[in-house]
Amino acid sequence: MTYVGYLIAGWGITLGTLAIYALRLIRRGRDLSAQVPDAHRRWLEDQGSGDA
Amino acid sequence: MAEEPMSPAPLPEGTASDTTGSRGSRLLGVLALVGLAVLGVLAFVLTDPDVRIHPSTGAEFGQFDAVRMLYVHVPLAVMTYLAYGLCAVASLGVLIRRTPWWDVTAHAAAEVGTVFCGLVLVTGSIWGRPVWNTWWEWGDVRLMTTLVLFLMFAGYLALRRTTGDPRAVSRRAAVVALVAVLDLPLVNRSVEWWENRTLHQQSTLGDLKIEDLTLFTLMLGFLVLGMVLAWLLLHRFRVGWLERAALDHSVAAAIVERRGETPDDELRRAVGDPSPGESS
Repeated sequence: MTYVGYLIAGWGITLGTLAIYALRLIRRGRDLSAQVPDAHRRWLEDQGSGDA
Repeated sequence: MAEEPMSPAPLPEGTASDTTGSRGSRLLGVLALVGLAVLGVLAFVLTDPDVRIHPSTGAEFGQFDAVRMLYVHVPLAVMTYLAYGLCAVASLGVLIRRTPWWDVTAHAAAEVGTVFCGLVLVTGSIWGRPVWNTWWEWGDVRLMTTLVLFLMFAGYLALRRTTGDPRAVSRRAAVVALVAVLDLPLVNRSVEWWENRTLHQQSTLGDLKIEDLTLFTLMLGFLVLGMVLAWLLLHRFRVGWLERAALDHSVAAAIVERRGETPDDELRRAVGDPSPGESS
């Protein structure tokens, strides 16, 4: 296979950036979720744990 | 609906409800991860490199294995268009309807779109080095219009971080987004309108110059990166919604606490309202 270094760099940067960004969103969401009541989180409806 | 509690009540750790996730978003996340794995196998193992034979000289030419970069680069570019398009629609909603829902949506779409746009620039540059023999070309209209798009939305995100009246900041940011999104057609059509001023190839999909497994892999790339975009937009929207809710909740809790500490007479005097005893 040719250009292996370029391919690893391109795919690695893409997947790594998306993974880091996704984990950052999850962590930020966890921190904020602890600060507000369930009623402010409408997406909890399908888990049966929210009343909104 | 039960009355909303006025003081912050942290939820127990590790429960399903202490995140921005939901059943739907978890399913979407799993599908996106599986899709990325399948895309990787197709892109690196099952598809062939781009090798063509010159009809007169018989020499090999083409992108060779660098073409495998395009299975993420092209879908990232299309998802950037979608995210910024959504930001433009939501920004119109901000200016017309002026509701938090549109504002949080516009902010989420701009942020996720800028992540994708940055990756388009990086993967394009890495692909260009072996194929064009250059990392970057300042006179190339496709590259420059994409860079301008990225910088304008970086400016949008910087504007969102400024302090001041949140409603005014939202409206100003919406105007910036609507101006920035005018660059989208320039980015997309630049290779046709200024074909002599770009190294970038014209649309491969428009004339269906690829076929079979290569085409299938590229289509799968659109689907998988589309799921990744949707997952990120969903979670970024929920984070933005929670940021607003946390701020409102902390303000409400502070008011309740202040009311509890301050005698009624003192509170009335502070707001210029004479107590019943004084007014009689």
